[in-house]
Amino acid sequence: MSDILKYFRQDRLPHIWCPGCGHGTVTGALVRAIARLKLDKNKVCVVSGIGCSSRAPGYLDFDTLHTAHGRALAFATGIKLARPDLKVIVMTGDGDCTAIGGNHFIHAARRNIDITTIVMNNNIYGMTSGQYSPMTPKGFLGTTAPYGNPERTFDLCKLAEAAGATYVARGTSFHAQMLIDLIEQALTHRGFSVVEALTQCPTYFGRKNKVGGAVELLEWIKERTVNAKAAAVLPPEKVAGKLLIGELHKNPQPEFCDEYDKIIAQVQRKFEGFRGGVRGCEQNSD
Amino acid sequence: MPSAKLMQGNEACTIGALVAGLEFYAGYPITPSTEIAELCSEELPKVGGKFVQMEDEIGSIAAIIGASLTGKKSMTATSGPGFSLMQESLGYASETEVPVVIINVQRMGPSTGMPTSPAQGDVMQARWGTHGDHPVIALAPGNVKECFDLTVRAFNLAEEYRVPVIVLTDEVIGHMREKVLLPDWEDVKVVDRARPTAPGGYRPYEADLDGGVPLMAPFGQGYRWHVTGLFHDETGFPSGKADVADRLLRRLDRKITKNEKVIRDYVTESVEDCEILVVSFGSSAMSALSAVRRARREGVKAGMLRLKTIWPFPDEVLKDLSRNAKAVLVPEMNLGQLAYEVERTVGCRAPVVRIGKVNGDLFRPDEIHDKIMEAAK
Repeated sequence: MSDILKYFRQDRLPHIWCPGCGHGTVTGALVRAIARLKLDKNKVCVVSGIGCSSRAPGYLDFDTLHTAHGRALAFATGIKLARPDLKVIVMTGDGDCTAIGGNHFIHAARRNIDITTIVMNNNIYGMTSGQYSPMTPKGFLGTTAPYGNPERTFDLCKLAEAAGATYVARGTSFHAQMLIDLIEQALTHRGFSVVEALTQCPTYFGRKNKVGGAVELLEWIKERTVNAKAAAVLPPEKVAGKLLIGELHKNPQPEFCDEYDKIIAQVQRKFEGFRGGVRGCEQNSD
Repeated sequence: MPSAKLMQGNEACTIGALVAGLEFYAGYPITPSTEIAELCSEELPKVGGKFVQMEDEIGSIAAIIGASLTGKKSMTATSGPGFSLMQESLGYASETEVPVVIINVQRMGPSTGMPTSPAQGDVMQARWGTHGDHPVIALAPGNVKECFDLTVRAFNLAEEYRVPVIVLTDEVIGHMREKVLLPDWEDVKVVDRARPTAPGGYRPYEADLDGGVPLMAPFGQGYRWHVTGLFHDETGFPSGKADVADRLLRRLDRKITKNEKVIRDYVTESVEDCEILVVSFGSSAMSALSAVRRARREGVKAGMLRLKTIWPFPDEVLKDLSRNAKAVLVPEMNLGQLAYEVERTVGCRAPVVRIGKVNGDLFRPDEIHDKIMEAAK
């Protein structure tokens, strides 16, 4: 336990999440993965947007950045490209990542920039008290879907893969050990990695939809998922309508910052010791 | 040796940025600012810097804030529609005190407007575009050389006060080519943000409550600090307490108001005895100056105040110069934005005449000259 606690800003605890919320489980899984990899605290930067999930970095003892709604990946892109030696992790939610931040998500994936994105998908906007999100299943209730959500959801993992992410996995707060493994794999992958973590919001999603409290919601998550490896050998009727969990896509590709560094190596002028004040800035000079 | 070169304003902005220490550029193509992005994409990797073309202007400003947090001087360039998209995170940079430079090459709006025509319609957007009271500095170059000078200054002010600084040029200033005498880079004053010396006991937002600027640690150097757009106390962590919010916002505001005298920058001509004072900036001021000089030759006591700093607005300077004025004329390529500030400042001492031009054309000197002669009657 002590090797985990050292990654927390313990003076910032307790956290603001509701009793039974799954975000602590996901945050715990991230910290356990970091502890396993023995990452240097001074070389990790955690970035978030807005929402319940995005409060997580405030409790973690790294350089942490709580940004504007949907923009975590764009801020993180600046940090990573400016300091490629840092391990940059984005913690985001289903609304933050797939609605307002959708464009940054697909473009970060397309660039294959070395950022690990953990999407805490609780199928609802929690911070603003229960509106439907792009990840609220069709027919489910939210405060802005009083007659049932008429919209379809994204398959976030397929979206990530199609956009160019080179590591994609789905875990859940029920399968906590598997989630640690998946995040560990994502952190060691060089390129854009995504772990969608299905998690529970008993306060709004569970209550509004009469699914129950945290325990019932965890059961619900368990029932609607099936391990990707098992699914490969199960009869189709046992897999139909279920979300696959586990490692879903891995396809190492050249990473964006590495590619940019190759350009620098080609064009950088070779004189030594210059700083801003003595730069050659002649246009089209070479 | 200072070197003479023929170049356009957008080029001069880029060179100024590089000389000031630009290391990171993120942007999205938009007319009439695009040359800045193109030149940065070419020049930055040569000096080990980074360029990225983001998916939109929202992402662009977010990326430069992120890069600035690692200690790198960062910039973006845009025009009206893109500047509108940047507003939310411009407020984020103000609230979190992250230095960034935004070059806004103004074009005719609203909306898509006339993308290749000049305008000065973003004066108020530069000041009040993001929600909430917030500190911001806006500089307005009046020729190509000043694009170089004021971009350097924009970086220096951003670093010194930890605020976003906006360089408000326009399509004419951006695309006009002039002979420019650039200084030796060694002679250019470059300011870097004040940094803490060691992580122990670092309180990221601790500063004199009367407009003090806190020390800024770069990410990735062991300080492990927290940055949030929520109101926060000296530790950087969020607080919902009324006194914490009040204290922070007043300090942020005082950073600029307290230093207005140092930040302000302007040029005057023939103001000593002037009765007709013309107040202008940017490309409008080029035509205005020509009109003022002609009126002088014709015996009218006309004078000129050209603002190089628009925000903070130099109240005191204008009050002083307008003391004996019979009229104050404000030619600008909008329907009266700088004029609001001039009216507020001049009060009832003299009538303020708005000369707004919004057809996408630059002022002709005679249009302003006619108004000077009318006011002098």
